[in-house]
Amino acid sequence: MKFIESLAIAIRSIFANKLRSSLTMLGIIIGVGAVITLMSVGRGAEAAITSTFEQLGTNLLTVVSSSPGVGGMMGFQYGTMTPNLILDDAKALEGVPSVVAVAPINENIVEVTAGGESKVSIIHGASPAYQKVYNYFVASGQFFSDKNVASRDSVVVLGSGVAEDLFGSDEAVGQTVKIKGKRFTVVGVFEPKGGAIMGISLDDVVVTPITTFQTKLFTQRTARGEDAVQSIALQVASAEAIDEVTGEIETILRRQHRLSADEKNDFAVISMEQMLGMLQQVTGIFTIVLGAIASISLLVGGIGIMNIMLVSVTERTREIGIRKAVGAKRRDILIQFLLEAAMLSLVGGGIGIVGGGVLSFLISQVEIGGITIHSVVSPDIVILAVSVSVFIGLASGMYPAMRAARLNPIDALRYG
Amino acid sequence: MIELENITKVYRMGKVEVYALNGVSLSIKPGEMLAIVGASGSGKSTLLHVIGCLDRPTSGRYLFDGVDVSRLSDNKLAEMRNKKFGFVFQEFNLLSRATALSNVELPLIYGGGRHKHQKAMEALERVGLGPRAKHKPTELSGGEQQRVAIARALVNNPALILADEPTGNLDSVSAAEIISIFRQLNRDGITVIIVTHEVDIAAQAQRIIRLHDGEILSR
Repeated sequence: MKFIESLAIAIRSIFANKLRSSLTMLGIIIGVGAVITLMSVGRGAEAAITSTFEQLGTNLLTVVSSSPGVGGMMGFQYGTMTPNLILDDAKALEGVPSVVAVAPINENIVEVTAGGESKVSIIHGASPAYQKVYNYFVASGQFFSDKNVASRDSVVVLGSGVAEDLFGSDEAVGQTVKIKGKRFTVVGVFEPKGGAIMGISLDDVVVTPITTFQTKLFTQRTARGEDAVQSIALQVASAEAIDEVTGEIETILRRQHRLSADEKNDFAVISMEQMLGMLQQVTGIFTIVLGAIASISLLVGGIGIMNIMLVSVTERTREIGIRKAVGAKRRDILIQFLLEAAMLSLVGGGIGIVGGGVLSFLISQVEIGGITIHSVVSPDIVILAVSVSVFIGLASGMYPAMRAARLNPIDALRYG
Repeated sequence: MIELENITKVYRMGKVEVYALNGVSLSIKPGEMLAIVGASGSGKSTLLHVIGCLDRPTSGRYLFDGVDVSRLSDNKLAEMRNKKFGFVFQEFNLLSRATALSNVELPLIYGGGRHKHQKAMEALERVGLGPRAKHKPTELSGGEQQRVAIARALVNNPALILADEPTGNLDSVSAAEIISIFRQLNRDGITVIIVTHEVDIAAQAQRIIRLHDGEILSR
């Protein structure tokens, strides 16, 4: 028998039971749709995080305190240990060649109020080099000066999001805000930057001189009783210089901290690439978990097909008997039922791809936590979903089809 | 053409073995019109199914045109059913969703070859149903449905037509028509075997085989 005739038989039988066929397909549609949507959203989230980091500049290095022996990323935890970086460390790093800017950064979360409005923001204590380090400049007013830092002035620069939430369209520069019950004068407002890290918008930041941060807001001391610095951010001139600069930083800080040759570093130098890698790992796992959940619904859809095909074989036992009586071979019956299952899953998969594509497009239109996930339905996801759905169709159709093909013609004819 | 030697067919009903056929030996020559009669449960349908390769005997030898059929593979048996035999059943066994023409085409689809529509149309015209080719079985009378089934049996020019109680579901007028078609086919050179329990139908055959409890009583 020719393939095209088998195909015609399969299509005819799918159309003969429209409701049943569409309900069967629904399982596959939902499964494939879910896989496509979740995978593309996962990819989109990954891309969004990557682009946020690229905005910050990939030539950024961060020095953080770390317990000797607990090196690398594990040291990247504020507040869980005694910090051991101080302002002098940051100053000492300024002379390193290929370093464009160095800023000490302390960070915490505060509620900023002005009039009746309030806003929970990230507060950074920093030096004027903050702007160069993060590529983040004021749009109105000005950044605080070294003089402000030296005299511990109560001044702040607001992120555009904070300024908008507190003062609306009014001019924020010159106004007063309250942080932890203390009054601060707004000297500048940042340009809107967009993007976010871990759901926190970059525009929701408030920056104050680090000395003010240390003495008036959050006092934290090193083991030797000096005012502590949580991290030091460095902008390096070029990506090629990063390794060299990292080595230089280690030499200088070891000397600063008077570490002997056999002592381990009590700090860690983290590049943006490392942080990006870590975050991408997290989102990658996220995507895989989402995909796995979606795959379960795909599997359930496949079982639905198997169920329907088994019912269909039982229901059409007599038809199989007739076909066999007039000369259908095992292979002919097998192909007929396999094709039917494959068609169901292929058509269902096709609709699922379109549905998943539309859904992920809709998700791209919504802003979540300050970022828009530009979900991308890439060809590899589509190929994966289609091949999985066809595989499921064939796998779940195989058993019923084999049962149909193996029927003894006379038993099949007598059935029912 | 057909040589059956000591054919048995045993069904297992739980622990009990039932002999549907118990040592049947039979020889059928080309061009014969043969009736197999017997009470229900006598094994006459089983004998027909074994001859038509719809079922395999439990033991015994079955030669068709000198070929030992019991040794053939399932695929070869399917080919035999397609090319050598035409079946007509009591319940017609037509595909209810397909037209008369499509039903008649069915053996051609599995057998391959060209001009399927034309051959199917010719077969339908041979049983006088040319004008009803596009009707579905549900739109046809019992006699007409059985004629579609005969056309389907004919379409591959079989050597042998096997009919299992072909008039069992028909009124006497339609039954007479069907039998006259079989007689005409037999005159055209096709061997015809009819299983029936109706005496007047059996009387139209050249030879009558009587079965009782799976054994042949007379020939």
